[in-house]
Amino acid sequence: MATPNTPLWEVFIRSRNGLAHKHCGSLHAADSTMALQAARDIYTRRGEGLSIWVVPSNAITASDPSEKGMMFEPAESKIYRHPTFYDVPEEVGHM
Amino acid sequence: MSAPSIKVQETPLVLYVLRRADDALILGHRLSEWCGHAPMLEEDMALANIALDLLGQARELYAYAAKVEGKGNDEDKFAYLRDVRQYRNLLLAEQPNGDFARTMVRQFFYSAFADLYWRATMKSADATLAAIAAKSEKESAYHLRHSSEWIVRLGDGTEESHARTQAAIDEFWAFTGEMFAVDDSERGLIEAGVAFDPAGLKQQWLKTVTSVIAEATLILPKNDWMQQGGRAGRHSEHLGHLLSELQSLQRSFPGATW
Repeated sequence: MATPNTPLWEVFIRSRNGLAHKHCGSLHAADSTMALQAARDIYTRRGEGLSIWVVPSNAITASDPSEKGMMFEPAESKIYRHPTFYDVPEEVGHM
Repeated sequence: MSAPSIKVQETPLVLYVLRRADDALILGHRLSEWCGHAPMLEEDMALANIALDLLGQARELYAYAAKVEGKGNDEDKFAYLRDVRQYRNLLLAEQPNGDFARTMVRQFFYSAFADLYWRATMKSADATLAAIAAKSEKESAYHLRHSSEWIVRLGDGTEESHARTQAAIDEFWAFTGEMFAVDDSERGLIEAGVAFDPAGLKQQWLKTVTSVIAEATLILPKNDWMQQGGRAGRHSEHLGHLLSELQSLQRSFPGATW
């Protein structure tokens, strides 16, 4: 078990063909250098990634789950915001 | 019933390859003993990863030794069916894990050497050894980085971690000389460009070790008396105990698979 004063880090991995770093988990480490090494050993040991970011968990500002209604429900009824009413020409390709 | 030990025809090249294979197997086995016991989950994984890197190196080297020897031995027989006196690893590799500081200092001393050694061996006239070296060098470079970072944090950490790390350095220092020693069986290989004379790496190794130790606010011992014998099969009492565990299944149930 990690000692209580070992900070928590969030790990983001960019995979081989991925364009962006994606959150894949968290870990305990004394500092950013050790966090990066631990991330390498825990999350890329099967060749999952080509780049790693680690971010102190306490640097993340998160939305409040109790405000879910106010924050996210209004968007649910706005289906016209989905670009499904347009025909995308073939030549445009991957968007 | 107990499986008897194999006989190995130790030509200079077979012996040379077995020595490196044994270093990797024994140190890797020591690290594997941490599995499930490391101070934190993250480090448990890190140590197991290093152990597996070393086991992979050992397998390739044993397979090559078997091919060169050509007497029907294979990687499993080399690992499971040789007695203590037939093992050729560095004494450093077989030293018990002790506390985390000891494990890291042992790793640091070895990896600082292995990284230089494999990089040099990439130029070997022996294509198989050069290929194994190229793969191993990338692994040992990371082992060195990981153990170096820990040495700095342990040495420059708390009073307790500093004292434990210094004690480990003082204890293992006498086992570092063996890494740079060469005996007659290797001289011919060095002249042929197959092996690399490790004596030439001593200064660079010392430079790496000194700078990390200094950053960690630790001190390198002054004594230069060095332990030797592992390369010739004269081991500390610890290796026999290690092998009895490593080999118990194959010795008791020869050829067992699952």
